[in-house]
Amino acid sequence: MRPEHPPEFPLAVHDLTVAYHRKPVLWDVELNIPEGTLAGIVGPNGAGKSTLLKACLDLIPKTSGEALIYGKPYAEQRDLIAYVPQRESVDWDFPVSALDVVTMGTYRKLGWFKRIGPTQKKQALEALEQVGIGHFANRQISQLSGGQQQRVFLARALVQDAQIYFMDEPFAAVDAATEQAIIELLQSLNARGKTVLCVHHDLATVSRYFDHLVLLNMRVVASGPTAETFTRENLQKTYGGKLNLLDDVAQALKNVGRHESP
Amino acid sequence: MTWELLRDTLLLEYHNTRLVVLGVAALGATAGLVGSFLLLRKQSLLGDALSHATLPGIGIAFAIMTALGFSGKSLPGLLLGATITGLLGVLLVLAIRSTTRLKDDAAMGIVLSVFFGLGVAILKMTEKIPGVSAAGLEGFIYGKTASMVWSDLFLIIGVLAVTTTITICLLKELTLLCFDANFASTQGWPVLVLDIILMALVTAVTVVGLQAVGLILIIAFLITPPTAARFWTNRLGSMLFLSAIIGAISGWLGASISALYSNLPAGAIIVITAAVIFLVSMIFGTARGVLPRYLRHLKLQKKVGRQHLLRATYEILENSQDNTPLKNLPIAMGLLRKHRYWAKGELSKLIRQARAEDHIERQPSGELRLSESGFGEASRITRNHRLWELYLIRHADIAPSHVDRDADMVEHLLGAEIVHQLEAELELSKPTIESPHAI
Repeated sequence: MRPEHPPEFPLAVHDLTVAYHRKPVLWDVELNIPEGTLAGIVGPNGAGKSTLLKACLDLIPKTSGEALIYGKPYAEQRDLIAYVPQRESVDWDFPVSALDVVTMGTYRKLGWFKRIGPTQKKQALEALEQVGIGHFANRQISQLSGGQQQRVFLARALVQDAQIYFMDEPFAAVDAATEQAIIELLQSLNARGKTVLCVHHDLATVSRYFDHLVLLNMRVVASGPTAETFTRENLQKTYGGKLNLLDDVAQALKNVGRHESP
Repeated sequence: MTWELLRDTLLLEYHNTRLVVLGVAALGATAGLVGSFLLLRKQSLLGDALSHATLPGIGIAFAIMTALGFSGKSLPGLLLGATITGLLGVLLVLAIRSTTRLKDDAAMGIVLSVFFGLGVAILKMTEKIPGVSAAGLEGFIYGKTASMVWSDLFLIIGVLAVTTTITICLLKELTLLCFDANFASTQGWPVLVLDIILMALVTAVTVVGLQAVGLILIIAFLITPPTAARFWTNRLGSMLFLSAIIGAISGWLGASISALYSNLPAGAIIVITAAVIFLVSMIFGTARGVLPRYLRHLKLQKKVGRQHLLRATYEILENSQDNTPLKNLPIAMGLLRKHRYWAKGELSKLIRQARAEDHIERQPSGELRLSESGFGEASRITRNHRLWELYLIRHADIAPSHVDRDADMVEHLLGAEIVHQLEAELELSKPTIESPHAI
């Protein structure tokens, strides 16, 4: 065990490098996510945010380094983690209902060859009700709106009853009501001691949503409590010369002040 | 050739065709089942590459068996050869895909054509082996049910039974693989193993189907039934079931017809049958067919038109009198025409429709008057419309996920509480509500 990554951290990343076809996407990432935080991963397009999550979950090969879940490799800690992929990552024309998709979250505990029973369906329905779309349980998934599809994915993560939640852009292209429902859900998970790690792209809401922040642009620019990390200097280092963003940054920074002194 | 002969063949009356017809129908059912997952995994082309890559194996197996002094046409031996080169072809596609930057379709196209060409060359060479006849091997290209004998059928049905059993045991796992492989992987499911199992199932169906359907057309047997089934249902379970049925019917018809006309290859008839079922499904399929979709659109258009007409009439009544409750008076056609935009001829069509539904009556004077039921309906439609409009204005933030302006039951969708709130906001608790904007 490395001293800089003690096992009490839900996620500790050491020296992680990921490259696609020799082109590095993540470089020497060092990261500790403290227990019980609602953490955001923020950075420009192509900064490797999704890649970081996927590499931690062994979905893509690491060129070097390791990611530890409470001090152990992911393969030994799968039960502790629920993953919500990007909504576009699947074909929503697939012939299944919302309930079917959520039930998939119970397959791991169910195991090989076992049939889905009333217990699994009940769990799935409860999760759908928790995200506010219980009445759509039997709808085919292509007949759901984008926000509702995102809620289905969240419900699938909820039935896993995990300790750590990895979310890839859950707020991307959803309606305001869904965004509100999702953040409330994340906060309630957080209040129950769960750690939530969330790839996010909207600077304006960063300080409102997250208490821990990772600024990423191929490497970790800064990581720590949002109040200390979300500064103009760090954002400029992360977003570099992308000047058109500076207005957003200014706006976002104004929001920081507003939320810190209510 | 008479109808009776055809009927008797279809009904399995003939001893010599009965088993072949049953065998090919079973093949169709299994192909429909396994093919559904191949389709949902979006690997249809890989199945095509696989079937073409079986040809060299058949030629090589024939040559080896002949050289060793066995009968070169022993089916298990030929199918083993087919399996080996078929899988080799798939592995090659996967290798090209993962080591180069070639796209899938290019990799499959190359493997498919090279293996097929190789197979044709090897078959030609086997013809030159002295003392044995390789005639009949080309039956594997287009399929030849006539060459099937009892022992072949037992082998085929045995393999199909195993394939079907494995598929049914793994329904849940295969569904997860096809829907969201990344998620499956994070959950600890061995995605690669599941993919290999799926490919093995497809290989089994392809290889035992070679003799009946032929390697060129077997892919249609795998893909057409599930595609047709998808038009009828949005549920995976029903899709699998339907797909198996469609496959079985295609196989049954194809094998029967080709048993009667021995120069018609079964594969071709099977594919044509499946294609006809596909066409019918595409047009009439209740879930996604072209015709039901068009009819649904027409129905919606009619419903919206009816709502427009009744609401317009009601609004004219409101504007033209101060009575509470509103009195149902006759109104002139001209008022209605001016009240909102109607496409040419639309208004008269809508009025005809409303009269047929007894919502509107024509007075002797030529004026229009809402019937009693039409008046009630108009009041309800107007109220619902205004509630939705108000809801959109007041709750713009959450509206998009809830609004269904077409819904008759506002309360059902929004809940009685919000409806009361909306009604209160207009300081009206009576069932008719003033429009939030000037009419």
